[in-house]
Amino acid sequence: MKRLRIVLIALVSVVLFSSCGYNKMVEMDEQVTASWAQVENVYQRRADLIPNLVNTVKGYAEHEQETLTGVIEARSKATSVNIDPANLNPQTIQQFNQAQEGLSSALSKLMVVVERYPDLKANQNFMELQAQLEGTENRIAVERRKFNQTTQSYNAYIRKFPRVIYAGWFGFEKKTYFEAQQGAEQAPEVQF
Amino acid sequence: MAEGLNKKNMKRTIIVLFALIVTATSVLAQIPERPQPARLVNDLANILSDGEKQNMESALVQFARKTSTQIVVVTVPDLEGYDRADYAQRLGENWGVGQKGNDNGLVVLVKPKVGNSRGQVFIATGYGLEGVLPDAIVNTTIVNEEMIPRFKQNDYYGGLAAGLNVIMDITRGEYTAANYQEKVNAGGSAGIPFGIIFFVLIITLFGRRRRGRFYSPGRSLPFWMAMGMMSGSHRSSGSFGNFSSGSGSFGGGGFGGFGGGSFGGGGAGGSW
Repeated sequence: MKRLRIVLIALVSVVLFSSCGYNKMVEMDEQVTASWAQVENVYQRRADLIPNLVNTVKGYAEHEQETLTGVIEARSKATSVNIDPANLNPQTIQQFNQAQEGLSSALSKLMVVVERYPDLKANQNFMELQAQLEGTENRIAVERRKFNQTTQSYNAYIRKFPRVIYAGWFGFEKKTYFEAQQGAEQAPEVQF
Repeated sequence: MAEGLNKKNMKRTIIVLFALIVTATSVLAQIPERPQPARLVNDLANILSDGEKQNMESALVQFARKTSTQIVVVTVPDLEGYDRADYAQRLGENWGVGQKGNDNGLVVLVKPKVGNSRGQVFIATGYGLEGVLPDAIVNTTIVNEEMIPRFKQNDYYGGLAAGLNVIMDITRGEYTAANYQEKVNAGGSAGIPFGIIFFVLIITLFGRRRRGRFYSPGRSLPFWMAMGMMSGSHRSSGSFGNFSSGSGSFGGGGFGGFGGGSFGGGGAGGSW
């Protein structure tokens, strides 16, 4: 008799959990985590390209020591900031974003400097690195967009009635979007 | 105070959500829809002749059958304000080029040079092809050496064919059709065993009762097996070299349709 009751309770709770969307919430939560991992992955890819890039540039442009040091420092700062997906919140995302933006601006400075060295620009190794870097920036844009899309569908799912009630019980909270850095919408100034 | 903050937050999320939805729908409106029936060569800018399109389509269809790697050629008159990389990635993702799970799709996007607007080309590689086709190789070997010099002389077919031949040579060994065929036979699902067992069981159970009503090709074979054998029988190599004769055009969708592959922004391009 007692066993029967336990079985019944288990059955009912299985039905309840699946009907209130608990399993789906877990699944979507995991999707957000996975897409965050992918975002960090592509940023890591960019960081991995930098030592090679710096070495290639160094061979041609010794006088740009300052810019190169800037890139290396920004890189080490950017790689030191990693977020555990379990604690993705506006502060940590902001921190991560800031570190990566620092690296982006250091890199774009380097690319401006490089314009002065035609030999370097014609170097096969450098051209390949440039293509890789460009591809990595594309990947970053794509993965950020995908992260925001999965976050959006997760947020929309848990905030809809009646799931918004259960979501609170089980501790599913709204997640933060990866928004563009403030000031990123302003195009950089170009001086001739 | 707290309530005010909450309200502000809510307003912000609503705005963000709204913006996301608007961009999502505008993407669907601007990037061309997946062709029905599925085609691998989509010449929306009208830069290829009918014969050229057919040659290219049949070569690409054969390649897709043999290797399961799907290469889509798209030409557009205008990029609608998108960056070339962005456009190609979104198109590949929306259409689902390549097989789900393998993500072995590839989009070759060409925007011809018209008047003052520059010509643009971009080759987007699916996640699964990023390994064999690194951006640097796509950029130098394929785009800069094979495609752009020919595009500059208005030889769009020549440039595409030369580039596609290199792509096929490089990617040929990466995926084989063996596991792809299995998937196709199982109705495209990854969880083969359960469905198949169930299916076979039903077939055998019912088949005993009303034998002879169901299957026309090969009585003793279940029809799904016969189908698998049929689709396996007409395969041959897919390279442009073999297609100067220009015979044998497959109908649209001869490659089994797009499989739902995903793109992560890999690839490279150029302009002229």
